[in-house]
Amino acid sequence: MRLYGIDIASRLFLGTAQYPSPAILAEAIAASGTEVITVSLRREGAGGAAFRELIAASGCRILPNTAGCHTARDAITTARMARELFGTAWIKLEVIGHADTLQPDPFALLEAARVLCAEGFSVFPYTTEDLILGEKLVEAGCEVLMPWGAPIGSGQGLRNPEGLRSMRAHFPDLPLVIDAGIGAPSQAALAMELGFDAVLLNTAVAKATDPVAMARAFGQAVGAGRVAREAGLMPRRDMAQPSTPIFGMAEFP
Amino acid sequence: MRLEVNGEAVEVAATNLADLLTERGFDAASVATALNGDFVPAPARAATALGEGAKVEVLAPMQGG
Repeated sequence: MRLYGIDIASRLFLGTAQYPSPAILAEAIAASGTEVITVSLRREGAGGAAFRELIAASGCRILPNTAGCHTARDAITTARMARELFGTAWIKLEVIGHADTLQPDPFALLEAARVLCAEGFSVFPYTTEDLILGEKLVEAGCEVLMPWGAPIGSGQGLRNPEGLRSMRAHFPDLPLVIDAGIGAPSQAALAMELGFDAVLLNTAVAKATDPVAMARAFGQAVGAGRVAREAGLMPRRDMAQPSTPIFGMAEFP
Repeated sequence: MRLEVNGEAVEVAATNLADLLTERGFDAASVATALNGDFVPAPARAATALGEGAKVEVLAPMQGG
């Protein structure tokens, strides 16, 4: 998978928030096999220096986010700060439209994406499965789209699989990453079987009873789902069809 | 001069952003700054004057999803 000119082998992107400890976070990153981790910018508090060392030691590519921003202006300012601080043009662009659903504000998202793409950012927009919004984001310069599976942190999986299927068909050659709402490895595998290029998740690993083992499970599920997609799934049928040949069957009196 | 730094009202002697970071004990190399909602790049901090009541954000890398 090629994202803004960078080859990424692992199809699992992992968030770094809400883990029981920094040590478990570091182990989970390693166990997942991820190459891309998301981070945020917040007011400097205790543990900042240790976290900087941890993300540097992970060897992963950093995808800073604009999480929590509710206006295009806030997201643009946050993105500019992130580019200086992390030394990367990559930005996961989140512009939240509603505090309860955490669904993207499509209008502010597009406004911010236009500004940031023009400034040379590699924008990873957290969006919905809306095809027209997706087209406008691509026109603005986005080379990847990140439709939600379900509301952030909800663990509901793919709420609208048919809509996501349409999105995959509508953008056949564009990298599409399912971002948010994934709660179980089976849901991540389904996203990959539908042909999505990668999955970004956080809470499902961080809040598992054993985050390190869950990180490994997600890495395996994403890998299996991708292989299944490439292998070509059998067509679904409404009726049964025997798998054992009828020809040559014995006739018992 | 009274400012708001990361949401906290403070009285400072600094008159520019670079001096403010030093005065408040921030590690200037590992933070990013914004003044009144606009990003201020690190090289521009010393030349960025602070006005009475200015709102300054000093942000650092943190965990995120």
